[in-house]
Amino acid sequence: MFEPFQYEFFVRGIIAGALVGALCGLVGVYIVLRKMAYIGHGLAHAIFGGAVVSYVMAINFYVGASLWGFLSAVLISLASRKRQISNDAAIGIVTTASFALGIAIISRYKSFTRSFDAALFGNILGITNGDLIAIAVVALLCSLIMFFWYKRFLFLIFDEEVARVYRLPVTIIDTIFSLILAATVVVSIQILGVTLIAAAVVIPPVTARLLSNNFHKVIFISVALGSLYSVAGMYLSYYFDISSGAAIVLFATFWFLCVSGYSWLRNR
Amino acid sequence: MLHPKPHDTTSENPLIELRSVSCGYQNNSILENLSLKIMAGDFVGLLGPSGSGKSTLLRAILGTAKVYSGQILIEKTVSSKKQPLIGYVPQLETIDWNFPVTAEQVVLMGRITHSPWLPWHNHQDRKQTLDIMTQLGIRHLHNKHIRELSGGEQQRVFLARALVGNPKILLLDEPVSGMDIKTRDDTMHVLDQLNHEGITILMTTHEINSVAAHLPWVICLNKSIIAEGPPSAVFTADILNKTYNAEMPITEFEGLTIVAEKPHVFGKK
Repeated sequence: MFEPFQYEFFVRGIIAGALVGALCGLVGVYIVLRKMAYIGHGLAHAIFGGAVVSYVMAINFYVGASLWGFLSAVLISLASRKRQISNDAAIGIVTTASFALGIAIISRYKSFTRSFDAALFGNILGITNGDLIAIAVVALLCSLIMFFWYKRFLFLIFDEEVARVYRLPVTIIDTIFSLILAATVVVSIQILGVTLIAAAVVIPPVTARLLSNNFHKVIFISVALGSLYSVAGMYLSYYFDISSGAAIVLFATFWFLCVSGYSWLRNR
Repeated sequence: MLHPKPHDTTSENPLIELRSVSCGYQNNSILENLSLKIMAGDFVGLLGPSGSGKSTLLRAILGTAKVYSGQILIEKTVSSKKQPLIGYVPQLETIDWNFPVTAEQVVLMGRITHSPWLPWHNHQDRKQTLDIMTQLGIRHLHNKHIRELSGGEQQRVFLARALVGNPKILLLDEPVSGMDIKTRDDTMHVLDQLNHEGITILMTTHEINSVAAHLPWVICLNKSIIAEGPPSAVFTADILNKTYNAEMPITEFEGLTIVAEKPHVFGKK
């Protein structure tokens, strides 16, 4: 049972997974309640483009991808403020364009030898101590901001119109949230992969919402579930020899179905 | 029945004053050249068809609609500096009733300006919240999810959020829209009681006979002010026709002015 823990890479992966899962669970509550569930998926694709550009231009992955993701999130936020463009349409335009740019660069530079399998599907083997530090720093900073701005975030996502009446700095809060979201997706890519991040951001809060009607509790449950899903999923990925991202998402989906069934029975 | 206070037209110190205001959104002016005075203690109904600018007027006073020309003064100061004086209840149709918040959590939002840098609400916030919920008869619902409440209880929760910051002015956007008669009357009595406790109220409504006719002062609006005054003076066929662009005959019943819709026969030529 404890066999995988003898490997340093696995211990690093488990710690990173627990942190990333908790972070996605926390950020996901705000995303799901703002009805922007698709943004995690979109932003991960946008950041793929940023990652490729960073690689070609020899810029540090975290710096390049974070900046790219942040700009994409801000662009989505600006575009969706226009009445004629809905949130999902804005996400679709910005993020697929960015993803397409990444693909175009890869096909243009035939000498591009780096494998992007890990970026697409997640792989804990590649997590370095540097990655672990980056994940821990991002998780700590994001948690602190969301803790101290808890009341503001809650008011804004529940009732933006009245939040403006109370002079909440809506644009600043939106911008900071875009930054948090971009940083979350960037540090999650290694473990979850571009294609699977959306599930880690959406499944824990949706499951938590089925279990509680109280905002505080939804946050705590979502964070706990996110972390649990990641740790258990990575453990399973070791035994079944499948990608970590896929194992985490499948495990989370299984529990989502169980809780949905329980919720359905309870409400009958 | 409501026991309204009279609108004091002689007062030199209006609580809210609009001077030749044009306002709207995204460079699109919705209200033009509007001048208006709301006195302390007023209970005013704002009437007009959909799209006439009722909500825009409230938002201009709140500082969330763009004022292109003119001035809005609250206690003789430019409105944007006076926001804590105003409590606001938006149209409840905009609320996501599946959002995971309890009644108490909604009311606590109204205390955000009192301890903005603390991540949690302090003792005073909680005491004030429970006090106002007790005053409005919803204290026992504090742990309930907002979707579990009746229409009248939901309205009171949002009223409590607007009141928990101790405002002098209450702006309400269609507070009795879609309510049954009993709930509507209960809500109007709560508002009347608050008005008697000194809170100035400006509310929009589509209910001419059941709500506006009982208020001491009404304003008919359609892009600009058509008329204002007590219902007995304002509810004339001519003014209502100009306001609603529809024929609305007037009749009297037991001393009350009743506005009727001209009967139509649909589906027949």
